[in-house]
Amino acid sequence: MGRYIIQRLIYMLITIWVIITVTFFLMHNLPGSPLKNEHKIPPEIKEAILKQYGLDQPVPVQYLQYLGNLMTGDLGASFQYNGRSVTSLIMEGFPASLQLGIQAIVFGTLFGLFLGCIAALKQGTWMDNATTVIAVLGISVPSFVMAALLSYFVGVKWGILPPGLWGSFAHSILPSLALSFLVIATISRYIRTELLEVLGQDYMKTAKAKGLSRSTTVTRHALRNALIPAVTVLGPLTVQLITGSLVVEKIFSVPGMGWMFVNSIKVNDYTAIMGVTIFYGALIVLSMFIVDLLYGMIDPRIRLADGKE
Amino acid sequence: MSEENLLEVRDLHVSFHTYNGEVQSVRGVDFQVKKGETLAIVGESGCGKSVTSQSIMGLIPQPPGKIRSGEILFEGRDLTRFSEKQMEKVRGKEIAMIFQDPMTSLNPTMTVGRQITEGLEKHQRLGKAEARQKAVEMLRLVGIPSPESRMNQYPHHFSGGMRQRAMIAIALACAPKLLIADEPTTALDVTIQAQILNRMNDLKKQLDTSIILITHDLGVVAETADRVAVMYAGKVVETGTVEEIFNRPRHPYTWGLMGSVPRLDLSSRETLRPIPGTPPDLLQPPQGCPFAGRCQYAMKICKTQMPETTEISGFHRTACWLEHPMSPAVTPPNEWVGGGSQ
Repeated sequence: MGRYIIQRLIYMLITIWVIITVTFFLMHNLPGSPLKNEHKIPPEIKEAILKQYGLDQPVPVQYLQYLGNLMTGDLGASFQYNGRSVTSLIMEGFPASLQLGIQAIVFGTLFGLFLGCIAALKQGTWMDNATTVIAVLGISVPSFVMAALLSYFVGVKWGILPPGLWGSFAHSILPSLALSFLVIATISRYIRTELLEVLGQDYMKTAKAKGLSRSTTVTRHALRNALIPAVTVLGPLTVQLITGSLVVEKIFSVPGMGWMFVNSIKVNDYTAIMGVTIFYGALIVLSMFIVDLLYGMIDPRIRLADGKE
Repeated sequence: MSEENLLEVRDLHVSFHTYNGEVQSVRGVDFQVKKGETLAIVGESGCGKSVTSQSIMGLIPQPPGKIRSGEILFEGRDLTRFSEKQMEKVRGKEIAMIFQDPMTSLNPTMTVGRQITEGLEKHQRLGKAEARQKAVEMLRLVGIPSPESRMNQYPHHFSGGMRQRAMIAIALACAPKLLIADEPTTALDVTIQAQILNRMNDLKKQLDTSIILITHDLGVVAETADRVAVMYAGKVVETGTVEEIFNRPRHPYTWGLMGSVPRLDLSSRETLRPIPGTPPDLLQPPQGCPFAGRCQYAMKICKTQMPETTEISGFHRTACWLEHPMSPAVTPPNEWVGGGSQ
């Protein structure tokens, strides 16, 4: 097991390096440059700025310099905000996004699991149909529509919860809810499909033939076998949510990471784009690793080990 | 119901609702299982033998399945009238079941040990440690080496034969009075088949369990059963002791079954004699004898009226018009019949 983990960590580093390299060269091929928005800068000042950020060098040299800095944990200084490091920018936006994301994932997973089970166990009844409607709405209605509706009705009209801004836990409820619809929809669909399949398996008949009650056979025998596909989608879904959603954050005025990423691309803030992409990439790679470990915990047949068990 | 009968199935009718209509899988089945005996139910695929056994256990999915009429008397109590809660106390405790495919009948994400102990905890109210001890004992009893360490392994660590042993351990853990084995050896290698059957026979004697063995393998029947019920198209067409069925079969379908078994003692020029045709469509079951369409002795009356069951001797019964005093005398064609051409 230890060897497997080390092996995976090495692969993860290689993956992240590939992400860095591809992003770096793609980004430098974006039209425009960080200084294009500035009007009429005297050429000598422009040159000084370019030199300050190392942009006067040829791109391959810049790439090597960037990699070198990265080794020491330095993501560079932001072009956009004078004197701020990209690391500090990320750390400023990430906590809010992380909190929203985790709340959305936890609530969405639990509720999605519940709905999925109901739909599978009551297949073909109105309850099954109701969960299908919820799932279709959750997948097809964009989260910003949900966000706007929640903010307007719950926040403004009924005044139950704050319609925006950031601060207490109450502030985080509505944006988390808006984000969780996608999770609920996705998880409930996966659980329903898989659970229906598992319920038809021979070993469910064996469990029933032992005299176990319906609820025991479902919770003890069926659920665990039905979890694998849901866990698979949960990994990337978590990363997507904890790294922030631009629109939902904008609607609720949450100072998260979503707006930062989009903004940095708009103004060609090279170091910020790179920083956020690496951060995002590292999280995805890490989440895939965790998902793989979870597989092994859920299904012993996937339990990986060096050599034989 | 006589004292010695553990199970008595009377005039059982089971049907399934499908898009095409109602399929009558079991159409009036009668049989008895005595204490400590093995009854084999034989017949080709789709004859209703599995449906019958699952009806006894209450494992027919309802809907689409439905027990239309009949009684399943287990120790005098009619299981068809039991509620789901009452059935939970019968399943696993008084009647247990082994399924055909050991590769899919065990939960892949649960240790083998746990799959044995959960029944014990439920029915015998044993604590965790006691149940575990009992489970180890069961694994040893079914012949699994080093049962202690095997307890913590998962089904995928077991070979096919070992899984079926584990299934037997699960089924027999609570010492049920009746064991239903639904084609327990069909999915196994021939060499393993004999081991499993011997093990089942030994345990049957040790634990004084009655067995219903469902199979289409006549070799298995000859080796293990005391009595045989031959099913065809949802009906029992002939029943009797193993000697009676193998040596003096009376129903043309049984003759056909015997004729389609490969034999070593026939010369290589002899070919197998399969039964021509296919079983009737149970969406519209025939009025008369269901075998009439494939029977070379079929008479006019066979197509229009179901024959009564005739008692030949003690247990030997058959449902065939050839038994009627007015029907012509027919000699079975096969040389295998006791005292035949050889």
